[in-house]
Amino acid sequence: MTCSRREFLKEAIGGTVATVLPLSAFTFLTSAEARAAIADSKVRWAFLVDTNKCVGCGMCVKACKNENEIPYDAPVTRTWVERYVVTKDGETHVDSPMGGRDGFTSSAIRDEEIDPENIDKAFFVPKLCNQCDNPACVQVCPVGATYQTGDGVVLVDREWCIGCGYCIMACPYGVRFFHPKYKVADKCNFCYHRITKGLQPACVQSCAFGARRLANLRDPDDPVTKIITTERVAVLKDEYGTKPHVFYLGLDTNVR
Amino acid sequence: MKRHVLHPLWLAIGLVGLILLARHFMVPDDFGIHGDSFTYNFHRLGNIQEWKDFPVKYQGRESCRECHKDNVKTHRRSPHKNVECENCHGPSGNHPDDVEFLPLNRERSLCMRCHASLEYPNAARSDLPAVHDRRHKRKRECVSCHNPHDPREDVE
Repeated sequence: MTCSRREFLKEAIGGTVATVLPLSAFTFLTSAEARAAIADSKVRWAFLVDTNKCVGCGMCVKACKNENEIPYDAPVTRTWVERYVVTKDGETHVDSPMGGRDGFTSSAIRDEEIDPENIDKAFFVPKLCNQCDNPACVQVCPVGATYQTGDGVVLVDREWCIGCGYCIMACPYGVRFFHPKYKVADKCNFCYHRITKGLQPACVQSCAFGARRLANLRDPDDPVTKIITTERVAVLKDEYGTKPHVFYLGLDTNVR
Repeated sequence: MKRHVLHPLWLAIGLVGLILLARHFMVPDDFGIHGDSFTYNFHRLGNIQEWKDFPVKYQGRESCRECHKDNVKTHRRSPHKNVECENCHGPSGNHPDDVEFLPLNRERSLCMRCHASLEYPNAARSDLPAVHDRRHKRKRECVSCHNPHDPREDVE
């Protein structure tokens, strides 16, 4: 193969330009920008639920629905309370009528009356978004409409969500639902508009029994963080590897 | 190169260019990776502020105290002290600017949330004073006898 000097130079320059051009698609950060991008936020929100204290009044669900403008009578909710009644025959009866919005006022579970003599134990378990460190719901979003903020809360961009429902299926905890009014995915965000203003989430504020509390894990002096780090707490569905950040005190093995 | 190769090639390149051009105009400027993970931090940055701007409805007891001093004072000393005003009275929102009066809920169902008897061993619920809804003064409102701000007091 022969190649003239002119041809060689032409091809070499053309080749160089073709390789360098795609590089311009990258952004180059100054060292300060790079540090800022990977710096740890001073806040990592987490939640502590004390199932021993919950009495099933459902005030948290009511407050959540009102605060976050979730249609009150629609069968969807960002947080809910489950009732577990374990009977002496080893059966576990679970219910959560309307997510526990109106509290638990009847001893009947799904129209089945349970004899108090037959009950081994009974308890209430409030549930909400776990604001996972590895949120499965975010991984599956095809359009980048749901994401994790620097302080650990997973948010949904209502303008960007196309309502495909992948995230609703992906969440192992079933906390996501389809918002009947906005036609997008919706979920608990720890009342992001409140916690970023220094207020407590609506469910925490409305809980008269201290069963629900918010924590900032990056603040070692936070009393709730101290409980999470020093006491024996459990999370839901640890085996999924999502690293949930709602911690439970007194979690029973029957809770799913 | 032959035309049957070049033509579809130009078409494909043109299509990609068109899509990139449309993307340039349709995707907001603040859309991108805001954090250290492409998987979890790929989003529209402005949305964070949109959520922060969501209106607060539950203002909390301290804001009630500004006007309803006496009720808050009675309530503070009562066994009901941990129950937020807005739990029963509803979210105050912009009251009294927008809504002059909050609706007054006198229903039994409100009290029954905590005080309906459920006989559960080892449950905190069993520690609360409780009645059987169907057996205890069925037709009357609880608040016609018990003062909700301080249940130790009877209503005259």
